[in-house]
Amino acid sequence: MSKIITDVVCPFCGTLCDDLEVTVSDDGKKLIDVSNACAIGAMKFLHSQADDRLTKPRMRNEDGSWRDVSYEEAADFSAKMLANSKKPLMYGWSSTNCEAQSVGSTIGELIGAQMDNTATVCHGTTLIAVQDVGVPSCTLGEVKNRADMIIYWGGNPAHAHPRHMSRYSMYPRGFFTAKGHRGRTLVVVDPRDTDSASIADIHLKVEQGRDYELLSALRVAFRGEVLPDVVAGIPKEKIYEVAEKMKKARFGVIFFGMGVTQTLSKNHNIDIAIQVTRDLNEYTKFSIMPMRGHYNVTGSGEVWGWQFGFPFCVDLSRGFARYNPGESSSNDLLVRGEVDSVFVIGSDPGAHFPFGSVKKMNEIPCVCVDPHITPTTVVADLHVPVAFVGVEVGGCAYRMDSVPIETHKVVDAPEGMITDEEFLNMVLERLQKIKGV
Amino acid sequence: MAEYIVKNGFVVDPTLGVNCEKMDIAIKDGKIVETTELKSPKTIDASGMIVMAGAVDVHSHSAGPKVNVGRNFRPEDKLNYYKAKSGVKRMEAGFSVPTALSSGYIFARMGYGFVMEAAMPPLYARHTHEEMRDTPIVDEAALPVFGNNWFVMEYLKNHEIENVASYIAWLLRVTKGYGVKCVNPGGTEAWGWGMNCVTPDDPVPYFDVTPKEIIKGLIEANEYLRLPHSMHLHSNSLGEPGNYQITIDSLKCAEGFKANSDFGRDQVLHHTHLQFHSYGGESYGSKEFESKSKEVMDYVNGTDNITFDIGQVTLDETTTMTADGPFEYHLSHMNNLKWVNKDVELETAAGVVPFIYNPNSFIGVAQWAIGQELALLTKDMTKCHITTDAPNAGPVHRYPRVIKWLMSLKARNQILDDCKYGDSVRSQCYIGEIDRELSFYEIAQMTRVGTSKCLGLSHMFGSLKPGMEGDVSVYAYNPETDDDPEKIEHAFGNAKYFIKSGELIINDGEIISNGHKRTFWVKPGMELTAQVNRDVTERFKKYYTVTQNNYEVKEHHYVPNPYVIEVNAA
Repeated sequence: MSKIITDVVCPFCGTLCDDLEVTVSDDGKKLIDVSNACAIGAMKFLHSQADDRLTKPRMRNEDGSWRDVSYEEAADFSAKMLANSKKPLMYGWSSTNCEAQSVGSTIGELIGAQMDNTATVCHGTTLIAVQDVGVPSCTLGEVKNRADMIIYWGGNPAHAHPRHMSRYSMYPRGFFTAKGHRGRTLVVVDPRDTDSASIADIHLKVEQGRDYELLSALRVAFRGEVLPDVVAGIPKEKIYEVAEKMKKARFGVIFFGMGVTQTLSKNHNIDIAIQVTRDLNEYTKFSIMPMRGHYNVTGSGEVWGWQFGFPFCVDLSRGFARYNPGESSSNDLLVRGEVDSVFVIGSDPGAHFPFGSVKKMNEIPCVCVDPHITPTTVVADLHVPVAFVGVEVGGCAYRMDSVPIETHKVVDAPEGMITDEEFLNMVLERLQKIKGV
Repeated sequence: MAEYIVKNGFVVDPTLGVNCEKMDIAIKDGKIVETTELKSPKTIDASGMIVMAGAVDVHSHSAGPKVNVGRNFRPEDKLNYYKAKSGVKRMEAGFSVPTALSSGYIFARMGYGFVMEAAMPPLYARHTHEEMRDTPIVDEAALPVFGNNWFVMEYLKNHEIENVASYIAWLLRVTKGYGVKCVNPGGTEAWGWGMNCVTPDDPVPYFDVTPKEIIKGLIEANEYLRLPHSMHLHSNSLGEPGNYQITIDSLKCAEGFKANSDFGRDQVLHHTHLQFHSYGGESYGSKEFESKSKEVMDYVNGTDNITFDIGQVTLDETTTMTADGPFEYHLSHMNNLKWVNKDVELETAAGVVPFIYNPNSFIGVAQWAIGQELALLTKDMTKCHITTDAPNAGPVHRYPRVIKWLMSLKARNQILDDCKYGDSVRSQCYIGEIDRELSFYEIAQMTRVGTSKCLGLSHMFGSLKPGMEGDVSVYAYNPETDDDPEKIEHAFGNAKYFIKSGELIINDGEIISNGHKRTFWVKPGMELTAQVNRDVTERFKKYYTVTQNNYEVKEHHYVPNPYVIEVNAA
């Protein structure tokens, strides 16, 4: 026999869908099926059931092979590593719950760690732009209920956030948007012919790396000033046309992705995209929102915000919090050789950091807390597999519009496995003993 | 639990009718007791110091989504304002928007035992509770916003008070909220389309109710539910020159209503940050703008069912944040600084903009003057509460400075004499005609007795009578020998001793414990009516982006130490 659990929250991307239905065995030990989820989300749930899943921490031997250790030994090793480091980096935090993040903050404060999350290689530039110029935004339900113009800029939601368009932006029928997609205009700005671009009413095939110019041209067009014949590969007639459509929209929104945050100009791209949105509020109502990646990267920034005052790149080494991206950002710290150990949780820097940084991680003591075997575990000295947040343990996560949603436990973790939060608490207890507090 | 006796202090407690009299205060098992009940108490020597009950804050923004926006988008706010961790005390940071941890310590240093977070977007209740949970020491509660809520507006269109009350009761239960807040009624919904409601008679686009109907309807529903606190209002056209008539019209909505509650309050309407709503004139210029505090206070002093807090401008660089979305948009056009807006589906919106109240500008000092005037023109001080609408008119840690100004004509004159437009402010405002200086007794009425009564908590806070919560603040100021306004400010900002719920938190000026903070929430007795039940289910299916089951804030992680006030329906 089996039972169906409803209202399940998907712990994959920042879309944080909360309408999944999961079929589990009667004893709650086996997850059988997932519905309503996208292919990626469903796989995350099903992957927890893999037969070859690691269930015990493993430590690297001198010769590079692994040996199984207990969680106690793993916590001892982690605590000693952190206590003996002059400047440890505690990185990741985006694929775990806020409860674990909070314990992490206590540890970071105790040992004076460098705290950074995955925004550092993703939407960190957005966070910096918001510090420059603010951000007019809204919740995704406002888009669903009011928006008649949707713009995806530098992102491909059809693949990266598969249910974003159907749940929130293009397709849903909302309160003031009863016609659904027939009442909406979709603009995609992308140099590539993506699946998202293929369904757009207007595809602006911007020249690669020329987003700033195009955004600037839109601001010129809003004001009815003169444009050169072609800007960023787009003819001026097209720019005037889109600008006019934006001004005439009843409620518009720009969703932007890493095509603008991590290409030439970085945070300056976002600065001007936000200024475009500000401009449009002179004529109509317009919002802008980052397409956050990990399901709880937003939460990590929120937790550190209320505990330290900064959303990423937090340096706790002086006994109070400092913030200086470029100095206190993970890759700068690693490449400059400033940190002497790395504790990774809820992220895979091995796959996403530049090779120079990963090499450094390989050279210094490194602990990785992650349910999966990943490129990061390849360079780690200790790999601590844990229960899947949102599958085997609940906890709070923040959606890309900062709406907090509580994820649920739907199935038991394999016997003997503990959670991120429990493991961090074990490390914290040991550190408190070492430090005598 | 340890027993304490606070000895020989100058006790100020209007509920006991005691004004700077030497008395001993005894605390046992978390409560104030008769001194005869103590067996082996620890002695706190309060000789030559002021002793008051723990203070109660009626309106500040210290936890929640927009507060966190303020922190994260203003790294500069931390530049010169941080404190390292020391002992049990954790790291602190932030001038106008301190971190959650810092907030708890700031309130404790000022001797505050209870704090009301003034605006919680229901969809973000979980976030607000996470921050309150991490704010040490002080007990807290939060007011969900209702003034632009689609359910409320639809029911009020047909004056369905029972349905509004039923919805409010449900929402307080699922968000673990405390009462009914109403911000720019109707105007924030209009802002969903980039519009606003500027007077109480402007109909809300589509919903076709007026702000006046929303205010009256929420008062009526609030009394129907017999809640501890009254409806808590931020009326339309905040900060606009000439808005005082709109304010008086909004206050008049309370006429004919009488408090219906077992919690000891008299008011049916609390108007917050009245300073921002007491402006005359047609622009902010020094020849145009004028104070209308006297006109507003003439009305308020004549009523017996309205309370208010001042929202004192402190002449600092600060961060404004409010659910009044259109106002923040407007403000960002005045100072051209960064602007955050956040519209929240079916419920509300918020805006955040940094702001500098420049002591060398006319308008900054005029706003400062109006806040002072409101308090100094008040007849019954328990109706008037000290706030800075923190951080909107000034950072929360400026409360002691506000107390100094209210208590010292000399300190007020210094502001006017030192600033560039002092004479203009004296001529355009009433400040120059007022020489009243408040006493410690009146300060205790404003920060203890009045606020706790207003929130329906006078059975727990605001008094040193036996049986009350063991919240005691000791300030190093000797009313017999000290005569320096600066010393008042220092004393009220740096409690020498602070006992919270019977636990010593500050010993000789040093924080020695993170306390056992509680989150208060109100559980109304009323169940969902059939219609509201159907409407809620339908709206979640069709218009919200979270499911109804995922909307409720469960106690476990988010409200780990709750204090639930159950209210019986009529």
